[in-house]
Amino acid sequence: MADTALDQLKRSGRVVVVGASLAGLRAAEVIREKGFAGSLTLIGDEPHEPYDRPPLSKQVLLGKADAERTLLPRRRDIDAEWRLGVAATGLDMAARTVKLADGEEVPYDRLLIATGVRARPWPNEAEGELGGVFTLRTREDGVGLARALNAGPRRVLVIGAGFTGSEIASACRERGLEVTVAERGNGPLVGALGGVIGAVAAELQRENGVDLRTGISVTALEGDSTGRVRAAHLSDGTTLECDVVVVGLGAQRNTEWLMGSGLGAGPRGIACDAGCRAFDLRGIVTDDIYVAGDVARSPHALFGYQFLSLEHWGNAVAQAETAAHNMMSESTDRRPHLWVPAFWSSQFGVNIKSVGVPSMGTEIMITQGSRAERRFTGVYGYQGRVIGAVTFDNGRWLQFYEKQIECTAPFPPPFTTVDRRPDGQRPIPADFPDPSVPTHGPTITLSGYSPADRRIATFTPAGH
Amino acid sequence: MRLVVDLNRCQGYAQCAFLAPDVFAMHGDEGLLYDPQAAAAQRERVLQAAAACPVQAILVDGLDLAATAPAAASHGEASDG
Repeated sequence: MADTALDQLKRSGRVVVVGASLAGLRAAEVIREKGFAGSLTLIGDEPHEPYDRPPLSKQVLLGKADAERTLLPRRRDIDAEWRLGVAATGLDMAARTVKLADGEEVPYDRLLIATGVRARPWPNEAEGELGGVFTLRTREDGVGLARALNAGPRRVLVIGAGFTGSEIASACRERGLEVTVAERGNGPLVGALGGVIGAVAAELQRENGVDLRTGISVTALEGDSTGRVRAAHLSDGTTLECDVVVVGLGAQRNTEWLMGSGLGAGPRGIACDAGCRAFDLRGIVTDDIYVAGDVARSPHALFGYQFLSLEHWGNAVAQAETAAHNMMSESTDRRPHLWVPAFWSSQFGVNIKSVGVPSMGTEIMITQGSRAERRFTGVYGYQGRVIGAVTFDNGRWLQFYEKQIECTAPFPPPFTTVDRRPDGQRPIPADFPDPSVPTHGPTITLSGYSPADRRIATFTPAGH
Repeated sequence: MRLVVDLNRCQGYAQCAFLAPDVFAMHGDEGLLYDPQAAAAQRERVLQAAAACPVQAILVDGLDLAATAPAAASHGEASDG
């Protein structure tokens, strides 16, 4: 049999993975699983081996796990050269090299970019550096915030009621700490789940003693003479005394290092095809550069071929596996990344799970359970089909609705006899905020036809 | 030992909380909290929990599921889900 280019790659090629977190690790494992025997390099800007982030806003803040002990288990030995604590700073697509912060250049035959996202910082840098002001994304953030909560602050202010902010508020209440949540939208979780579910989330917060203030933004943070935060000024003119502030304003994609490289990377992520191959700025797909995880945006057949960016744990795993498979396959053996979005959150004792793309939904119907009991399934409809679902303590229904989404089942669901209550049998408007106004809430971003896309700053005319 | 639970898959059957209560605990009716780095002494219990999970959501360091499934069965703890 002829020795193909793929055989040579597998035998003695060079694979470089930029991003040493969940997606990077899982991809590396699959690359080895596929029989890759060449050199494998993992580059990560954090000085740690890949660790798991979801516990940082849950068990870690509850004091039930240590932020420094969430390293991800390994499915197999990956025999990699680790370059940890050194960021990638540039990409030369012609020379096929990745430039590192320490000046070194690492050559590759196949490159996987999984640089993820970072927490959006407080916009005022000096205020953000006050003692007691945190974001929550990294292990160090988790260590610092857990320590600050252990010290027994008089009041915690959480800015932004997305999933992370809501989970932090939940942990505070469970520990008996006073907490205020300031959300500029009209309820928690509205960007991801809409106003109907946001209203349930708001009741949950208030019942559990959270001082939830919606339609409010924080205009300034004020420090004391020792440089520690002591108060926040709110847009309604009031001042709130607080000694810990958590900024939960969503995430920014780590793509700045690719500026000028010619890759199709911008503030919304790196565009790639359904096979995880990155597009260059001209919209031409590359042969040797792949993308996976939070930093990727790829078209999905189930959702109108719009480009989906997903900040989901499960997406990082699934997309990394697909990218790795495709990197090590002939073109006819490649497969598409058509994962149905899914995520979970745990807050105020309620397990919240979702599948599909709720934020595409224009209507919602409570199909099982009831909102009053905090135990229900809500199904989202878009143009007469089921497009997403959310459950509050009703997770076993999700698989059923995932199948409904996959087979583009009609909305409202026609079945009438499965555990239905009279109060939820009518679709009502799902009440999502205007999609052209950026929010920090959604963990799914749809783009491609969004008017907000016009603001992307990466387009440069071809010049020839 | 390192472990992670795929909480997309987890459906709150609580088999793990029953088999390894020092590592896995239900939080509310359906949520699960676990210690991502359990003590080595918990290994046998964690492996039983991983084998018994009806949706196979528990991933443990260096775990070869084929090798551990019979071990769990021999303890009479395997679940039929």
